[in-house]
Amino acid sequence: MSALALELSTIGVLMRRALNEILRVPGAAIPGILAPSLFMLGLTGAFGALTELTGFSTESYISFILPVSLMQAAGFAGAATGVNTVRDIELGWFDRLYLAPTPRPALLAGIVLSAGFRALLPMTAVLAIGLLLGAHWPGVPGLLIAILLALTFSAVSASWTVGLALRFRTQAAAPLMQASMFIAVLFTTSYAPLELLTGWLQTVASINPVTQVVEGVRQGFVEGVSFAGTWPALVVLAVLLGLTFAFALRGLATTGR
Amino acid sequence: MRAELRAIGALGARSIRNTFRYPRYLGPILIFPTLFLAVNTGGAGGAIDLPGFPEVHGFLDFQLAAGILQASLLAAVMGGTGLALDIELGFTDRLLAAPIRRPTIVLGRLAATFALGMFAAIWFLAIGFAFGAIVKGGVLGVIFVILFGGLTATAFGGIASAIALKSGTASVVQGMFPLVFVILFVSSAFFPAELMQEPSQTIAHYNPVSLVATGIRGPVVSGLRASDTLDGLLGLAIIGGLGFVLSAWGLRARLRAS
Repeated sequence: MSALALELSTIGVLMRRALNEILRVPGAAIPGILAPSLFMLGLTGAFGALTELTGFSTESYISFILPVSLMQAAGFAGAATGVNTVRDIELGWFDRLYLAPTPRPALLAGIVLSAGFRALLPMTAVLAIGLLLGAHWPGVPGLLIAILLALTFSAVSASWTVGLALRFRTQAAAPLMQASMFIAVLFTTSYAPLELLTGWLQTVASINPVTQVVEGVRQGFVEGVSFAGTWPALVVLAVLLGLTFAFALRGLATTGR
Repeated sequence: MRAELRAIGALGARSIRNTFRYPRYLGPILIFPTLFLAVNTGGAGGAIDLPGFPEVHGFLDFQLAAGILQASLLAAVMGGTGLALDIELGFTDRLLAAPIRRPTIVLGRLAATFALGMFAAIWFLAIGFAFGAIVKGGVLGVIFVILFGGLTATAFGGIASAIALKSGTASVVQGMFPLVFVILFVSSAFFPAELMQEPSQTIAHYNPVSLVATGIRGPVVSGLRASDTLDGLLGLAIIGGLGFVLSAWGLRARLRAS
Protein backbone atom coordinates (compact mmCIF):
# COMPACT_ATOMS: atom_id res chain seq x y z
CA MET A 1 0.00 0.00 0.00
CA SER A 2 1.42 3.40 -0.97
CA ALA A 3 2.02 6.06 1.68
CA LEU A 4 -0.84 8.17 0.35
CA ALA A 5 -3.26 5.24 0.34
CA LEU A 6 -2.25 4.43 3.93
CA GLU A 7 -2.90 8.02 5.01
CA LEU A 8 -6.27 8.06 3.25
CA SER A 9 -7.12 4.77 4.89
CA THR A 10 -6.25 6.20 8.33
CA ILE A 11 -8.43 9.24 7.69
CA GLY A 12 -11.26 6.95 6.60
CA VAL A 13 -10.94 4.76 9.69
CA LEU A 14 -10.99 7.73 12.04
CA MET A 15 -14.05 9.15 10.25
CA ARG A 16 -15.69 5.74 10.47
CA ARG A 17 -15.02 5.69 14.23
CA ALA A 18 -16.80 9.04 14.59
CA LEU A 19 -19.73 7.68 12.58
CA ASN A 20 -19.85 4.65 14.88
CA GLU A 21 -20.08 6.97 17.89
CA ILE A 22 -23.07 8.71 16.33
CA LEU A 23 -24.79 5.45 15.44
CA ARG A 24 -24.10 3.70 18.75
CA VAL A 25 -24.91 6.64 21.03
CA PRO A 26 -27.62 8.52 19.10
CA GLY A 27 -28.74 10.25 22.31
CA ALA A 28 -25.44 12.14 22.36
CA ALA A 29 -26.60 14.03 19.26
CA ILE A 30 -29.69 15.43 21.01
CA PRO A 31 -28.01 18.45 22.69
CA GLY A 32 -26.42 19.38 19.35
CA ILE A 33 -29.85 19.42 17.72
CA LEU A 34 -31.75 20.91 20.65
CA ALA A 35 -29.52 23.92 21.35
CA PRO A 36 -29.53 25.54 17.87
CA SER A 37 -33.20 24.64 17.31
CA LEU A 38 -34.26 26.24 20.60
CA PHE A 39 -32.11 29.23 19.81
CA MET A 40 -33.75 29.65 16.41
CA LEU A 41 -37.31 29.24 17.68
CA GLY A 42 -36.75 31.28 20.83
CA LEU A 43 -35.12 34.21 19.12
CA THR A 44 -37.72 34.25 16.35
CA GLY A 45 -40.50 34.41 18.93
CA ALA A 46 -38.76 37.04 21.05
CA PHE A 47 -36.97 39.27 18.55
CA GLY A 48 -39.09 38.70 15.42
CA ALA A 49 -40.35 42.29 15.52
CA LEU A 50 -36.84 43.51 14.67
CA THR A 51 -37.70 43.00 10.99
CA GLU A 52 -39.95 46.08 11.30
CA LEU A 53 -36.86 48.26 11.75
CA THR A 54 -35.97 50.34 8.70
CA GLY A 55 -33.09 48.73 6.82
CA PHE A 56 -33.73 45.14 7.90
CA SER A 57 -32.92 42.89 4.94
CA THR A 58 -35.93 40.53 5.18
CA GLU A 59 -39.45 40.43 6.56
CA SER A 60 -38.98 36.89 7.87
CA TYR A 61 -36.86 36.74 11.01
CA ILE A 62 -36.70 32.95 10.96
CA SER A 63 -35.11 33.17 7.49
CA PHE A 64 -32.58 35.60 8.94
CA ILE A 65 -31.75 33.53 12.02
CA LEU A 66 -31.86 30.01 10.48
CA PRO A 67 -28.38 30.37 8.90
CA VAL A 68 -26.99 31.42 12.30
CA SER A 69 -28.45 28.26 13.84
CA LEU A 70 -26.88 26.21 11.03
CA MET A 71 -23.54 27.79 11.90
CA GLN A 72 -24.12 27.08 15.59
CA ALA A 73 -24.96 23.45 14.84
CA ALA A 74 -21.74 23.17 12.80
CA GLY A 75 -19.67 25.03 15.40
CA PHE A 76 -20.94 22.98 18.33
CA ALA A 77 -20.41 19.74 16.37
CA GLY A 78 -16.81 20.83 15.87
CA ALA A 79 -16.52 21.68 19.56
CA ALA A 80 -17.90 18.21 20.41
CA THR A 81 -14.99 16.77 18.43
CA GLY A 82 -12.61 18.72 20.67
CA VAL A 83 -14.39 17.52 23.82
CA ASN A 84 -14.26 13.91 22.58
CA THR A 85 -10.54 14.31 21.86
CA VAL A 86 -9.95 15.35 25.48
CA ARG A 87 -11.93 12.29 26.59
CA ASP A 88 -9.72 10.12 24.35
CA ILE A 89 -6.62 11.74 25.84
CA GLU A 90 -7.85 11.19 29.42
CA LEU A 91 -8.70 7.55 28.69
CA GLY A 92 -5.31 6.92 27.10
CA TRP A 93 -6.72 6.05 23.66
CA PHE A 94 -4.98 9.00 22.08
CA ASP A 95 -1.56 7.75 23.25
CA ARG A 96 -2.12 4.63 21.16
CA LEU A 97 -2.68 6.80 18.09
CA TYR A 98 0.78 8.31 18.63
CA LEU A 99 2.30 4.86 18.35
CA ALA A 100 0.66 4.22 14.99
CA PRO A 101 2.99 4.44 11.96
CA THR A 102 0.90 7.26 10.51
CA PRO A 103 1.91 10.87 9.88
CA ARG A 104 0.33 13.21 12.39
CA PRO A 105 -1.34 15.44 9.76
CA ALA A 106 -3.28 12.36 8.61
CA LEU A 107 -4.37 11.63 12.20
CA LEU A 108 -5.51 15.20 12.60
CA ALA A 109 -7.29 15.24 9.23
CA GLY A 110 -9.26 12.16 10.20
CA ILE A 111 -10.38 13.72 13.48
CA VAL A 112 -11.17 17.11 11.93
CA LEU A 113 -13.09 15.71 8.95
CA SER A 114 -15.15 13.54 11.27
CA ALA A 115 -16.67 16.79 12.59
CA GLY A 116 -18.50 16.99 9.27
CA PHE A 117 -20.33 13.74 10.10
CA ARG A 118 -21.28 15.09 13.49
CA ALA A 119 -22.51 18.35 11.97
CA LEU A 120 -24.72 16.79 9.29
CA LEU A 121 -27.35 15.48 11.70
CA PRO A 122 -28.02 18.69 13.68
CA MET A 123 -27.77 20.80 10.53
CA THR A 124 -30.38 18.67 8.76
CA ALA A 125 -32.69 18.85 11.77
CA VAL A 126 -32.33 22.63 12.16
CA LEU A 127 -32.85 23.16 8.44
CA ALA A 128 -35.97 20.97 8.38
CA ILE A 129 -37.49 22.72 11.42
CA GLY A 130 -36.71 26.17 10.00
CA LEU A 131 -38.15 25.43 6.57
CA LEU A 132 -41.25 23.79 8.08
CA LEU A 133 -41.86 26.90 10.18
CA GLY A 134 -41.73 29.24 7.23
CA ALA A 135 -38.11 30.10 6.46
CA HIS A 136 -37.55 30.96 2.82
CA TRP A 137 -36.41 28.11 0.56
CA PRO A 138 -32.91 29.19 -0.50
CA GLY A 139 -32.94 27.29 -3.81
CA VAL A 140 -30.61 24.40 -4.58
CA PRO A 141 -27.50 26.58 -5.16
CA GLY A 142 -28.20 28.57 -1.98
CA LEU A 143 -28.68 25.39 0.02
CA LEU A 144 -25.53 23.74 -1.35
CA ILE A 145 -23.44 26.82 -0.63
CA ALA A 146 -24.89 27.09 2.88
CA ILE A 147 -24.10 23.43 3.61
CA LEU A 148 -20.59 23.64 2.13
CA LEU A 149 -19.73 26.74 4.16
CA ALA A 150 -21.23 25.42 7.40
CA LEU A 151 -19.50 22.05 7.06
CA THR A 152 -16.17 23.77 6.44
CA PHE A 153 -16.84 25.89 9.52
CA SER A 154 -17.33 22.70 11.54
CA ALA A 155 -13.83 21.62 10.39
CA VAL A 156 -12.46 25.01 11.52
CA SER A 157 -14.19 24.59 14.87
CA ALA A 158 -12.87 21.03 15.22
CA SER A 159 -9.29 22.09 14.43
CA TRP A 160 -9.47 24.92 16.96
CA THR A 161 -10.98 22.81 19.74
CA VAL A 162 -8.69 19.83 19.09
CA GLY A 163 -5.79 22.31 19.38
CA LEU A 164 -7.21 23.43 22.73
CA ALA A 165 -7.75 19.82 23.78
CA LEU A 166 -4.10 18.99 23.08
CA ARG A 167 -2.94 21.93 25.15
CA PHE A 168 -5.25 21.65 28.16
CA ARG A 169 -5.66 17.83 28.12
CA THR A 170 -8.61 18.01 30.54
CA GLN A 171 -12.38 18.04 30.10
CA ALA A 172 -12.44 21.17 32.26
CA ALA A 173 -11.53 22.98 29.02
CA ALA A 174 -14.89 22.06 27.46
CA PRO A 175 -16.63 25.33 28.46
CA LEU A 176 -13.77 27.25 26.81
CA MET A 177 -14.31 25.30 23.57
CA GLN A 178 -18.06 25.91 23.59
CA ALA A 179 -17.73 29.55 24.64
CA SER A 180 -15.26 30.30 21.84
CA MET A 181 -17.75 28.94 19.28
CA PHE A 182 -20.55 30.91 20.92
CA ILE A 183 -18.53 34.10 20.58
CA ALA A 184 -17.30 33.35 17.05
CA VAL A 185 -20.82 32.83 15.68
CA LEU A 186 -22.87 35.29 17.72
CA PHE A 187 -20.49 38.26 17.76
CA THR A 188 -21.35 38.77 14.10
CA THR A 189 -24.40 40.02 12.23
CA SER A 190 -26.27 37.15 13.88
CA TYR A 191 -29.25 39.16 15.20
CA ALA A 192 -29.49 42.03 12.72
CA PRO A 193 -27.76 43.51 9.67
CA LEU A 194 -24.48 45.32 10.44
CA GLU A 195 -26.02 48.81 10.12
CA LEU A 196 -28.63 47.98 12.76
CA LEU A 197 -26.22 46.58 15.36
CA THR A 198 -25.47 48.99 18.18
CA GLY A 199 -22.37 50.02 20.11
CA TRP A 200 -19.35 47.79 20.39
CA LEU A 201 -21.01 44.80 18.70
CA GLN A 202 -21.14 46.70 15.40
CA THR A 203 -17.36 47.24 15.59
CA VAL A 204 -16.65 43.66 16.65
CA ALA A 205 -18.95 42.20 13.98
CA SER A 206 -17.33 44.32 11.27
CA ILE A 207 -13.86 42.92 12.10
CA ASN A 208 -14.91 39.39 13.05
CA PRO A 209 -14.07 37.25 9.98
CA VAL A 210 -16.89 34.81 10.82
CA THR A 211 -19.35 37.59 9.87
CA GLN A 212 -18.42 36.92 6.22
CA VAL A 213 -19.21 33.23 6.67
CA VAL A 214 -22.57 33.97 8.35
CA GLU A 215 -23.45 36.32 5.47
CA GLY A 216 -22.36 33.69 2.94
CA VAL A 217 -24.57 31.03 4.53
CA ARG A 218 -27.44 33.51 4.87
CA GLN A 219 -27.49 34.95 1.33
CA GLY A 220 -29.75 32.30 -0.21
CA PHE A 221 -32.28 32.59 2.62
CA VAL A 222 -32.74 36.37 2.48
CA GLU A 223 -31.96 37.62 -1.03
CA GLY A 224 -30.15 35.49 -3.56
CA VAL A 225 -26.87 33.73 -4.18
CA SER A 226 -24.07 35.67 -5.83
CA PHE A 227 -20.37 35.21 -6.38
CA ALA A 228 -19.76 38.49 -4.52
CA GLY A 229 -21.63 37.10 -1.51
CA THR A 230 -19.77 33.79 -1.59
CA TRP A 231 -16.08 34.38 -2.23
CA PRO A 232 -15.34 36.38 0.96
CA ALA A 233 -16.74 33.47 3.01
CA LEU A 234 -14.62 30.96 1.09
CA VAL A 235 -11.46 33.04 1.55
CA VAL A 236 -12.12 33.51 5.28
CA LEU A 237 -12.77 29.80 5.77
CA ALA A 238 -9.62 28.83 3.86
CA VAL A 239 -7.50 31.14 6.01
CA LEU A 240 -9.19 30.09 9.27
CA LEU A 241 -8.88 26.41 8.41
CA GLY A 242 -5.19 26.83 7.59
CA LEU A 243 -4.49 28.69 10.83
CA THR A 244 -6.51 26.44 13.13
CA PHE A 245 -5.20 23.27 11.49
CA ALA A 246 -1.64 24.54 12.01
CA PHE A 247 -2.54 25.34 15.65
CA ALA A 248 -3.82 21.80 16.20
CA LEU A 249 -0.90 20.26 14.34
CA ARG A 250 1.53 22.19 16.51
CA GLY A 251 -0.24 20.82 19.59
CA LEU A 252 -0.02 17.32 18.14
CA ALA A 253 3.67 17.72 17.34
CA THR A 254 4.63 19.00 20.78
CA THR A 255 2.52 16.55 22.76
CA GLY A 256 4.50 13.82 24.50
CA ARG A 257 7.86 15.52 24.13
CA MET B 1 -34.28 25.41 66.00
CA ARG B 2 -30.84 26.93 66.42
CA ALA B 3 -29.23 23.57 65.63
CA GLU B 4 -31.33 23.31 62.45
CA LEU B 5 -30.25 26.78 61.36
CA ARG B 6 -26.63 25.88 62.07
CA ALA B 7 -27.00 22.75 59.94
CA ILE B 8 -28.60 24.74 57.10
CA GLY B 9 -25.78 27.29 57.35
CA ALA B 10 -23.08 24.59 57.31
CA LEU B 11 -24.61 22.76 54.35
CA GLY B 12 -25.14 26.05 52.49
CA ALA B 13 -21.55 27.16 53.13
CA ARG B 14 -20.30 23.78 51.88
CA SER B 15 -22.30 24.14 48.66
CA ILE B 16 -21.04 27.69 48.07
CA ARG B 17 -17.43 26.63 48.70
CA ASN B 18 -17.80 23.81 46.17
CA THR B 19 -19.23 26.17 43.56
CA PHE B 20 -16.42 28.70 43.92
CA ARG B 21 -13.73 26.03 44.21
CA TYR B 22 -14.53 24.54 40.80
CA PRO B 23 -14.83 27.14 38.00
CA ARG B 24 -16.75 24.59 35.88
CA TYR B 25 -19.68 25.08 38.28
CA LEU B 26 -19.53 28.88 38.35
CA GLY B 27 -18.76 29.31 34.64
CA PRO B 28 -22.17 28.35 33.26
CA ILE B 29 -23.93 30.58 35.79
CA LEU B 30 -22.01 33.70 34.83
CA ILE B 31 -20.16 33.29 31.51
CA PHE B 32 -22.98 32.24 29.17
CA PRO B 33 -25.59 34.67 30.53
CA THR B 34 -23.01 37.46 30.32
CA LEU B 35 -22.17 36.60 26.70
CA PHE B 36 -25.86 36.38 25.94
CA LEU B 37 -26.48 39.76 27.55
CA ALA B 38 -23.69 41.26 25.45
CA VAL B 39 -25.05 39.83 22.18
CA ASN B 40 -28.69 40.66 22.95
CA THR B 41 -27.83 44.24 23.86
CA GLY B 42 -25.67 44.90 20.81
CA GLY B 43 -27.68 42.79 18.39
CA ALA B 44 -31.21 43.82 19.26
CA GLY B 45 -30.45 47.26 20.72
CA GLY B 46 -32.32 48.94 17.85
CA ALA B 47 -35.54 47.47 19.27
CA ILE B 48 -36.06 50.50 21.52
CA ASP B 49 -37.04 52.40 18.34
CA LEU B 50 -39.90 49.99 17.64
CA PRO B 51 -43.39 51.43 18.09
CA GLY B 52 -44.81 50.15 21.38
CA PHE B 53 -41.46 49.50 23.05
CA PRO B 54 -41.63 50.79 26.63
CA GLU B 55 -39.82 54.01 27.53
CA VAL B 56 -36.37 52.94 28.78
CA HIS B 57 -33.01 54.61 29.39
CA GLY B 58 -31.33 52.00 27.19
CA PHE B 59 -31.74 48.45 25.92
CA LEU B 60 -29.06 47.26 28.35
CA ASP B 61 -31.26 48.44 31.24
CA PHE B 62 -34.12 46.40 29.79
CA GLN B 63 -31.94 43.31 29.28
CA LEU B 64 -30.43 43.27 32.79
CA ALA B 65 -33.48 41.43 34.12
CA ALA B 66 -32.97 38.75 31.45
CA GLY B 67 -29.34 38.26 32.48
CA ILE B 68 -30.23 38.03 36.17
CA LEU B 69 -33.11 35.63 35.49
CA GLN B 70 -30.98 33.42 33.27
CA ALA B 71 -28.13 33.28 35.80
CA SER B 72 -30.55 32.65 38.69
CA LEU B 73 -32.21 29.79 36.84
CA LEU B 74 -28.84 28.29 35.96
CA ALA B 75 -27.75 28.67 39.60
CA ALA B 76 -30.86 26.69 40.53
CA VAL B 77 -29.93 23.94 38.06
CA MET B 78 -26.37 23.87 39.39
CA GLY B 79 -27.75 23.59 42.94
CA GLY B 80 -29.92 20.65 41.87
CA THR B 81 -26.93 19.08 40.13
CA GLY B 82 -24.88 19.43 43.32
CA LEU B 83 -27.62 17.74 45.34
CA ALA B 84 -27.81 14.90 42.80
CA LEU B 85 -24.02 14.48 42.97
CA ASP B 86 -24.28 14.26 46.76
CA ILE B 87 -26.86 11.50 46.31
CA GLU B 88 -24.68 9.68 43.76
CA LEU B 89 -21.63 9.87 46.04
CA GLY B 90 -23.53 8.74 49.12
CA PHE B 91 -23.16 12.01 51.06
CA THR B 92 -26.94 12.46 51.28
CA ASP B 93 -27.31 8.97 52.79
CA ARG B 94 -24.92 10.01 55.56
CA LEU B 95 -26.98 13.15 56.14
CA LEU B 96 -30.13 11.05 56.33
CA ALA B 97 -28.49 9.06 59.11
CA ALA B 98 -27.48 12.25 60.95
CA PRO B 99 -29.65 13.69 63.77
CA ILE B 100 -31.04 16.54 61.65
CA ARG B 101 -34.49 17.04 60.18
CA ARG B 102 -34.73 15.77 56.58
CA PRO B 103 -35.92 19.05 55.00
CA THR B 104 -32.70 20.64 56.31
CA ILE B 105 -30.79 18.72 53.61
CA VAL B 106 -32.78 20.52 50.90
CA LEU B 107 -32.92 23.83 52.75
CA GLY B 108 -29.13 23.87 53.11
CA ARG B 109 -28.77 23.49 49.36
CA LEU B 110 -31.42 26.16 48.74
CA ALA B 111 -29.63 28.57 51.09
CA ALA B 112 -26.58 28.29 48.86
CA THR B 113 -28.73 28.73 45.74
CA PHE B 114 -30.22 31.89 47.28
CA ALA B 115 -26.72 33.28 47.88
CA LEU B 116 -25.66 32.39 44.31
CA GLY B 117 -28.78 34.09 42.91
CA MET B 118 -27.92 37.26 44.82
CA PHE B 119 -24.31 37.02 43.64
CA ALA B 120 -25.54 36.73 40.04
CA ALA B 121 -27.74 39.81 40.48
CA ILE B 122 -24.79 41.79 41.90
CA TRP B 123 -22.62 40.58 38.98
CA PHE B 124 -25.11 41.78 36.36
CA LEU B 125 -25.81 45.05 38.13
CA ALA B 126 -22.05 45.69 38.21
CA ILE B 127 -21.82 44.98 34.47
CA GLY B 128 -24.83 47.20 33.88
CA PHE B 129 -23.33 50.10 35.84
CA ALA B 130 -19.98 49.64 34.07
CA PHE B 131 -21.67 49.95 30.67
CA GLY B 132 -23.94 52.88 31.50
CA ALA B 133 -27.16 51.36 32.84
CA ILE B 134 -29.01 53.16 35.60
CA VAL B 135 -31.34 51.80 38.26
CA LYS B 136 -34.23 54.23 38.49
CA GLY B 137 -35.26 52.82 41.87
CA GLY B 138 -31.99 54.03 43.41
CA VAL B 139 -30.29 52.19 46.27
CA LEU B 140 -33.55 50.61 47.39
CA GLY B 141 -34.14 49.47 43.81
CA VAL B 142 -30.71 47.82 43.75
CA ILE B 143 -31.51 45.99 46.99
CA PHE B 144 -34.85 44.84 45.56
CA VAL B 145 -33.18 43.52 42.39
CA ILE B 146 -30.55 41.62 44.40
CA LEU B 147 -33.20 40.09 46.66
CA PHE B 148 -35.31 39.11 43.66
CA GLY B 149 -32.24 37.43 42.13
CA GLY B 150 -31.80 35.33 45.26
CA LEU B 151 -35.50 34.51 45.59
CA THR B 152 -35.78 33.54 41.90
CA ALA B 153 -32.86 31.13 42.23
CA THR B 154 -34.40 29.66 45.40
CA ALA B 155 -37.86 29.25 43.86
CA PHE B 156 -36.47 27.41 40.83
CA GLY B 157 -33.99 25.63 43.10
CA GLY B 158 -36.95 23.88 44.71
CA ILE B 159 -37.94 22.39 41.35
CA ALA B 160 -34.33 21.42 40.56
CA SER B 161 -33.96 19.84 44.01
CA ALA B 162 -37.14 17.85 43.47
CA ILE B 163 -35.77 16.45 40.21
CA ALA B 164 -32.46 15.67 41.92
CA LEU B 165 -34.20 13.89 44.81
CA LYS B 166 -36.50 11.92 42.56
CA SER B 167 -33.89 10.90 39.96
CA GLY B 168 -30.75 10.84 42.10
CA THR B 169 -28.75 11.43 38.91
CA ALA B 170 -26.78 14.58 38.09
CA SER B 171 -27.12 14.11 34.32
CA VAL B 172 -30.92 14.17 34.60
CA VAL B 173 -30.81 17.51 36.45
CA GLN B 174 -28.32 18.88 33.93
CA GLY B 175 -30.86 17.98 31.26
CA MET B 176 -32.82 20.96 32.59
CA PHE B 177 -30.32 23.37 31.00
CA PRO B 178 -32.16 23.59 27.65
CA LEU B 179 -35.43 23.91 29.56
CA VAL B 180 -34.12 27.09 31.19
CA PHE B 181 -33.79 28.68 27.77
CA VAL B 182 -37.22 27.49 26.66
CA ILE B 183 -38.82 28.95 29.80
CA LEU B 184 -37.03 32.26 29.29
CA PHE B 185 -37.70 32.53 25.56
CA VAL B 186 -41.44 32.13 26.11
CA SER B 187 -41.53 34.83 28.76
CA SER B 188 -41.09 38.59 28.65
CA ALA B 189 -37.53 38.23 29.98
CA PHE B 190 -35.88 39.23 26.70
CA PHE B 191 -38.54 41.35 25.02
CA PRO B 192 -41.86 43.03 25.85
CA ALA B 193 -44.59 40.40 25.53
CA GLU B 194 -46.76 42.73 23.40
CA LEU B 195 -44.04 42.86 20.72
CA MET B 196 -43.32 39.14 20.67
CA GLN B 197 -44.51 36.88 17.88
CA GLU B 198 -47.14 34.20 18.26
CA PRO B 199 -47.31 31.67 19.86
CA SER B 200 -44.55 33.01 22.15
CA GLN B 201 -46.64 36.11 22.93
CA THR B 202 -49.63 34.15 24.25
CA ILE B 203 -47.44 31.77 26.26
CA ALA B 204 -45.50 34.73 27.71
CA HIS B 205 -48.75 36.23 29.03
CA TYR B 206 -49.44 33.08 31.09
CA ASN B 207 -45.84 32.25 32.00
CA PRO B 208 -45.13 33.10 35.69
CA VAL B 209 -41.52 33.87 34.71
CA SER B 210 -42.89 36.97 32.94
CA LEU B 211 -44.20 38.15 36.32
CA VAL B 212 -40.79 37.58 37.90
CA ALA B 213 -39.16 39.46 34.99
CA THR B 214 -41.46 42.40 35.70
CA GLY B 215 -40.49 42.29 39.38
CA ILE B 216 -36.77 42.43 38.56
CA ARG B 217 -37.04 44.88 35.65
CA GLY B 218 -39.39 47.33 37.33
CA PRO B 219 -36.88 48.87 39.79
CA VAL B 220 -34.34 49.22 36.95
CA VAL B 221 -36.41 50.80 34.17
CA SER B 222 -39.32 52.47 36.01
CA GLY B 223 -38.36 52.87 39.67
CA LEU B 224 -39.98 51.20 42.64
CA ARG B 225 -43.64 50.50 41.96
CA ALA B 226 -45.91 48.38 44.12
CA SER B 227 -47.55 46.79 41.06
CA ASP B 228 -44.22 45.50 39.66
CA THR B 229 -43.14 44.18 43.05
CA LEU B 230 -46.46 42.42 43.59
CA ASP B 231 -46.27 40.89 40.11
CA GLY B 232 -42.78 39.63 40.87
CA LEU B 233 -43.78 38.20 44.23
CA LEU B 234 -46.83 36.51 42.69
CA GLY B 235 -44.61 34.86 40.06
CA LEU B 236 -42.19 33.73 42.76
CA ALA B 237 -45.04 32.39 44.88
CA ILE B 238 -46.33 30.29 41.96
CA ILE B 239 -42.89 28.89 41.06
CA GLY B 240 -41.75 28.55 44.69
CA GLY B 241 -45.01 26.86 45.69
CA LEU B 242 -44.59 24.35 42.88
CA GLY B 243 -40.97 23.81 43.93
CA PHE B 244 -41.99 23.28 47.58
CA VAL B 245 -44.64 20.69 46.72
CA LEU B 246 -42.35 18.86 44.29
CA SER B 247 -39.42 18.91 46.74
CA ALA B 248 -41.54 17.45 49.53
CA TRP B 249 -42.68 14.73 47.14
CA GLY B 250 -39.11 14.13 45.94
CA LEU B 251 -37.78 13.93 49.50
CA ARG B 252 -40.43 11.39 50.43
CA ALA B 253 -39.54 9.35 47.34
CA ARG B 254 -35.83 9.54 48.24
CA LEU B 255 -36.47 8.44 51.81
CA ARG B 256 -38.48 5.52 50.55
CA ALA B 257 -35.67 4.61 48.14
CA SER B 258 -33.09 4.84 50.95
